[in-house]
Order: sequence, then structure tokens, then C-alpha cells
Amino acid sequence: MRKINYIIISILFSFLFIILYSSLDNERIYNTKDLIGKKISQVEINLFQSNETINTEEFINNEFTILNFWASWCAPCRKEHPNLVRLSKIKNIKLVGVNIKDNVESAKSFLKENGNPFDILAEDKNGKNSVNFGVYGIPETILIDSELKILKKYIGPLNIKDVNEIRKLVKK
Amino acid sequence: MKTIINILLLFFFITSESHANENLNNKILKNLRCLVCQGQTVQDSNSEFALIIKSVVKDKIKEGNNEKEIYQFLSEKFGDWILLNPPFKKNSYLLWFLPYLLFILGIILLFFLLKKPKIRSKE
Amino acid sequence: MLSNLGNIFIIVALLISFLLVFFSFKEFKTNNNLIPVKIYKISLLQLFFTASSFIILLLAYVLSDFSLANVYENSHTNKPLFYKISGTWGNHEGSLLLWINILVLFSSLFLFINKNNDKDFKILTLLFQNILVIIFLIFLLSNSNPFSKLFPIPLEGLGLNPILQDPALAIHPPLLYVGFVGSSIYFSAALAALISKIDSQSLAISIKPWVLVSWFFQTVGILVGSIWAYYELGWGGYWFWDPVENSSLMPWFVMTALLHSILVLERRIGLYSWVIVLSILTFTMSVTGTFLVRSGILNSVHTFASDPSRGLFILSFLIIMVFFSIYIFFKFAPNESKKYTIFSKETFIIANNWFMIFFLGVVLIGTLYPVFLDTITGSKISVGPPYYNLVLAPFLIPLLFLMTSGPNYKWISHETKSFFDLVLVLSVILFLITFLLIKESSFLLNLILFFSIYLIIQTLFDFYESFKKKNINISRIISHLGFGLLIFFIYINHIFSQENNFNLKLGEIKKTDQYIIKFENLEEKSIKNYKSIVGYFNISDKKTSITKELKPEIRVYDKPITITYEASIESNLFSDTYLTMSNISETDVFNIKFQVKPFMNFIWFSVLLLSLGGLLNFLSRNKNEKN
Repeated sequence: MRKINYIIISILFSFLFIILYSSLDNERIYNTKDLIGKKISQVEINLFQSNETINTEEFINNEFTILNFWASWCAPCRKEHPNLVRLSKIKNIKLVGVNIKDNVESAKSFLKENGNPFDILAEDKNGKNSVNFGVYGIPETILIDSELKILKKYIGPLNIKDVNEIRKLVKK
Repeated sequence: MKTIINILLLFFFITSESHANENLNNKILKNLRCLVCQGQTVQDSNSEFALIIKSVVKDKIKEGNNEKEIYQFLSEKFGDWILLNPPFKKNSYLLWFLPYLLFILGIILLFFLLKKPKIRSKE
Repeated sequence: MLSNLGNIFIIVALLISFLLVFFSFKEFKTNNNLIPVKIYKISLLQLFFTASSFIILLLAYVLSDFSLANVYENSHTNKPLFYKISGTWGNHEGSLLLWINILVLFSSLFLFINKNNDKDFKILTLLFQNILVIIFLIFLLSNSNPFSKLFPIPLEGLGLNPILQDPALAIHPPLLYVGFVGSSIYFSAALAALISKIDSQSLAISIKPWVLVSWFFQTVGILVGSIWAYYELGWGGYWFWDPVENSSLMPWFVMTALLHSILVLERRIGLYSWVIVLSILTFTMSVTGTFLVRSGILNSVHTFASDPSRGLFILSFLIIMVFFSIYIFFKFAPNESKKYTIFSKETFIIANNWFMIFFLGVVLIGTLYPVFLDTITGSKISVGPPYYNLVLAPFLIPLLFLMTSGPNYKWISHETKSFFDLVLVLSVILFLITFLLIKESSFLLNLILFFSIYLIIQTLFDFYESFKKKNINISRIISHLGFGLLIFFIYINHIFSQENNFNLKLGEIKKTDQYIIKFENLEEKSIKNYKSIVGYFNISDKKTSITKELKPEIRVYDKPITITYEASIESNLFSDTYLTMSNISETDVFNIKFQVKPFMNFIWFSVLLLSLGGLLNFLSRNKNEKN
């Protein structure tokens, strides 16, 4: 077989090799990053332990809003909680905590034990409302700006790196 | 034999309305991936996420949304990965075209192979 | 102690393999006509040490020797003995050792059993096969050693995944390994054939039994996997086009193509190069499958714990192996003439090959496309059952048609056999009856139904004919009949399956169109290593008043913490009734999935029939050779 064919085949194989090799490092956790840059849906969120609701439209009044989806039975939520407390200290962020599929008493004692960093406490008893935000597991955190655009989505517990990233993003 | 074929064709064209055994709900759920599972449909999974999605889809059907609208809603929120039937978009053109390309290539290849010098053997 | 012993045996096996390669190479260069006894002895020695190392690992599991990291990670003293044993190959390292054992076993078997007189061919096959053995042994020792030690020795193991504790699962991997690892021997033989330039009939006779054996085990292995999925995973399906399932199916397509091509090769001269290509391709697809499954780049129910370093090794090996094979193929390319008319049997065999390769291509594209897309563009899409069904289903029609008419043509000529019209008439009648019962409107599905019936009727006629003429080629008839029945019953099952999903509390009743389902009782028990919650359901059929009792179960395991949902299946000849339940957390409401699945047993039976044809051919080949 002529040399040129070998070269073509080598190039083809190298291409395959490179692609398959780099795919070994692909993220395992599905990150719904398609949503970044889009606006969040305008829905009513139930407030915790009340019949009142708040519309996400109202978040326009905040410079930045963080939506955090959590529950008392979720161990990683416990782990990330101190980071939420840190974030609550940042002035231009309004923290909205959405308690999902949780028992009211357990949720209350969770917040008592670990501190309540949330400006607004909401609930989603059956978890259906969280679908509107593309949340598929907890904990999940969404950072939006005053135009209701999603700036960042964090799937899984927040770590210090994420906190610093958020700090940088809201400084502008 | 020609008459047989004609009768057959006639029956093929006398089609009654669709005998869909699965209702729309099941059909949609079978086409959704359970995002927290390893390779299961929402229909098959018992996870929290699956139960929530089942409930949401039920609501949407009640509200009068059709299949396409529900898929659109879910893929807007969760990305295309949740749909087991890959939507026909820019990033999946190749996926849908390649098989048929392969088909045509195969036929062409076969044609050339069989076209080579043929000697009628007396065996 | 076992750990040290195991390591020693593996290393010795590796050294012996090197010796074997060395002597084989030396022997190739000589002009002797016989393979020296030395090589036979070394081969036996290699087999001894390899098999013994596997037995040592087995022993370690049975004795729960947690000084071996592998046993610690995958076993537990409370595991029933049967599952301790099957746990040996239920993990990456252990299954790799099983791979190597099969490679060595087939190497020795080929050496001892193969009757081919060409010394060069045999010695080269041995050479290439043992290069494979060496590479895999090095991989095992450097990266995936089941004998690696743990110190201090833990008192208890981490436990086996409860989903893996199942009898079907115990035999499913070994069956599949005989299938696709077995293809290594004709991979090696193909390369050897190129270099030693043996003639086509020699090659066909040499590799045919191996192809048949590996094909048979692959078919049965896939069947057992499907049956296991159906009974164990609780969703009532048996094939999901899951990437790991696809990895076992892809070599199967190539094996089937190869099987058919050998038929041409052993009678006529055509297709020599193509058989070589297919032999190389089968093992290539097996290794590709291994790569996909063990590297972790795919998301699936079955993946082993993933480790990118394994992926790198296997990928590199795969690319080098393919490149090397291509080089050998073109360097030693055989000359051949093609002497057949169109519409002879050869053409139909080629057509079969074309379909198999096409199916292979589609499944490969569907499996790899998401990976490539994700790596290149970062966006993730899913390719699931709807894609495969949509793309592949139409091609079943021409395939079924060709399977029916192809065998009726004679080799190299244009004559067809009798019974053509009678078969067609009967098929049409049966089809119309079925159609009127089903009233399915899809044109495509009706065509598939018709052609599957046509195939079934034709093969039944052929069966009758072969009885009359005492002509023994029933293996093809049985396999094709099995395939026709398979498509037919999959279709019927798909049309008539029912599924209801609803919520129920204890004591409540649910009424569907045809059934009344009563949630009668709930029982909680603590068993060995799990807590069991069993629901007792009474299902009565409104039309026939037949009642069934079903007991789906929820199991909560503690080591590791997992919840499984055990389906309760009542299976009779014609239909399966299938029930699973899950608890909606924080409530006393249960989500129930009730299914009726007709003809499941017929589907399994069809696949068995399919594989039986291959087995018959294997068993009868001795008779054919003597004639």
C-alpha cells in the first residue's frame, strides 16, 4: 500500500485517539449549562409555611439573586451551608432558599442548628416547581442578575472556590 | 401471484386509526432520561427526580400541551440530554444522516465489487 | 499468602508467554514441518499457571481473604457462597483475569486440536495470540492487579452490589467472554493466514469451529443478559440500546457476517480477503467494547467503576492493534479472483454481510456520537431506543426478505427451488389473519410483520423438505426460523404489552380496563443483609376471572446502602404479569407499575433456537469433513 494511504490512516487514527482520550476526562455529573445566559422562568414560588407566594419577576428589584435548593435530609446541603452563610454577608445578593420535599419541623431545626442565611425562605412541597428552574437534584444553586438572566448554575454543594467565583461576579 | 400482491397492497392501504396501546403519558415518559439514574428512562425509574417529572408531565398533559411542547419545555430546562430521541437540530444532523450515508455508500461499494469481471461458471 | 502466590503465578505465566512467543518466532524461521514438542509443553505449562492463578483468586473470595484489595472491595463474609464465587469475575480486575484465561485456553486448544497441517500457519497463530496474552498480562500486572495487597488486613469487606447478586448474572459474563475473547483466536489466525499464505479452504476449515463456538456463546450470553435485565432491573424491558449492551451486540454482528462468509469460503474461493477483514474486525469490536465499558466514557447501568488510566491503556492498545493489522493486511494482501454471477448464493451472503456491517455502523454511530459531540462541542445529547428503532426497523424488511429467498438459490447459478408460490400464499393468509386481529396502522410495522411470517413459513417448509430428502442442512433452517420467530414475537409483544402506572395505599383497589388490582397486605422483614418490604397484590382479570397473586418487594441494603425494587413476575406460557412498587417517601402511598407482557417466553425461546442452529452446525461439522 502506498505511503500516502498509511499517512491518511495514521492521521485518522490519531484524530480518533485524541478525541477518545480527551473524552476520558469528560464531566460525569450532568451540568445543565445550556441554561446559562437565559432568563429564569416567571413563576410563583410558595413562601415557607404560608399561603403567600412571590413571583420571580420581583427579583428584578435585586441587584443579584441566588436561588438555593435544599432540604434537611440532604447531607451535602449540610456541608455547603457554611458557604451560604458566607454568601449571605455579601450586600448586593439577595438569598432565596427553596426547601424541597421536606418536613416543616426538620427544615426549621436544620436552620436553627446551622443558621438561616436566607433573605427569603420558600418551599416546594412536591418538588414540581423546581423543574421550572431546571433543578434535578439537590443541592443546586442558581445565580441571577437584575434582568433575571442566569449567570451561573452550581450542581452539588457549593465549595469555597464557588463562593469566590460568585464574589467576583457580583463585584461588577 | 400478481393478484396476491395486489390484494396485499389493498389491505395495507385500508388502515384504521392508530391502535396506540401506550397512552400519550407513557409514551412521553419512555422518551425521557432519568437524569439521576445510570441509563434508565423516567418511566422505568423510581427515583425522586423521576416521580417529580412523572407528575409534571401529567399536569402538562392535563393543561392541554401536546407531546412536542412538553419535550420543548423539558429540554429548555434540562438540555437536550433529557430526550432519548435526539431532536433534529444542528448538532445532530450528522447523527441522523450518517446511517443513510452509510447505506448508500454500502450499495455503491457492493455494486462496484459485483461489477468486476464475471465469468459464468458451468458448475 | 494467597496474594503472593497469585502474583507469582501471574508473573510466571507472563514469563512463560514470553518464552512461547520467542520459541514460536524461532520455529517459524525454520523449515521443519512439525511443531516441536517443546512448544506443546510450554503451552500446557502456560495454561497451568494461568488457570491456577484464577483458582487462587477464586479461593481468596471463597475464604473471604481480605488481604487482597480486590476481595475487600467486592466481597463480604455474609455473602452467600454462590455469590462469593461469582464475585470473582463481577469486578474489573477479576474479569480481566478471566479474559486472560480464555485467551490462554483458546491458544492451547487451537494448538492441540486444530488439524491444519501448515506449520507456519499454526505457529504464527500461536505467536500472535500470545502477544495478545502478554499485553493483557502486562496490563493486569501494572494497572489492574487482582492480587494487590492490603495492609493492615481489614476484618470485613465492602460488600458486593446487591444488583449483582443474581444467578443469571453469575453466568452472563463468562458466557460473553467466551464469545468475544474467543474471537481473539481467529483474529490471530487471520493475521497468520496472511503471512503464511494458506489457501482459502484451509483457512475456512481451520477457523470455522472457533467462529461457531464464539458466536454461540455470544448469542447465549446476550440472551442471558437480556433475561437478567428483564427479571432484575424491574422495568419490564429486555433491551435498552444501552452502550454496554451495544458493546456486546457489535461483535455479534461481525461474527454473524463472518459465519456466513465462511460458508462461501469453504466451498468456493471467493471472499478470502473479506473473511480476513471480518476476523480482524470481530476482535477489534470486542476490544472497542471493552474500552467503552471499562474506561468510563459512557453513562450506563452496567459500567464498572471507571478509571481513565485503564481507558488510556486499552485505547492505545486498540489503536496500535488495528494499525498493525492494517499494515499486515496490505503488506501480505492475497490475490484472488471473483467468479460468480449476480443472484447466486454468494450474492445473498454478501448481502447478509452488508446488512450486518450496516447495523454495526448504526449502533457504533449511535453509541459514540454523544461522546464525540460532548468532547468537541461540549453539548450533550442522548441517543436512546427511539433512535435505534427508527433507523434500524425499516432495514429489517429487506433483511427478512433476503433471508427467506436467499437460501433458495443455488451456488453460483440462478435456479430457485420449488414451493415458492405456496409459501407466499400461506404467508399472506396468515398475515391477514394476524393483521385483522391487531389492526395496527403503521405501514412499516405491517411490512415487518408480513416478512417475518414469510420467513417463518418458508423455513418451516424447508425443514419439512430436508426431512424428506435427508439433506442435513437444518442448522441454517433452525437459525433463520429462530430469527423470524424472534422478530414476530418482539412485534406481537410490543403491540399487546400493557402498562399502568398509579398510586395506591394499603387496602385500596385500582381498576383498569381489563384488570382489578387490590393492594391486600404489606409485610416488613429483616433478612441477612437487607430489610425487605413486600406488598401482596391480588390481580384479577375481568374477562376470565382468573386471579394471580403478586408480591413485589422493596429491599433496603446496608452494605453499601442501596435500595432495589424487585419485580414480581407471574410467568405462564403465553404471557407474563409484571408488578413493581416503590414507596413515595414521607407518605404511605406506593407507586405501582403494573404490566402485562405477552409471549416473553417465546422471545427467549426464539433466541435459543437461533443459537441452536449454530450449535448444530458445530456438532455436525465432523460428519461433513469426513464426507
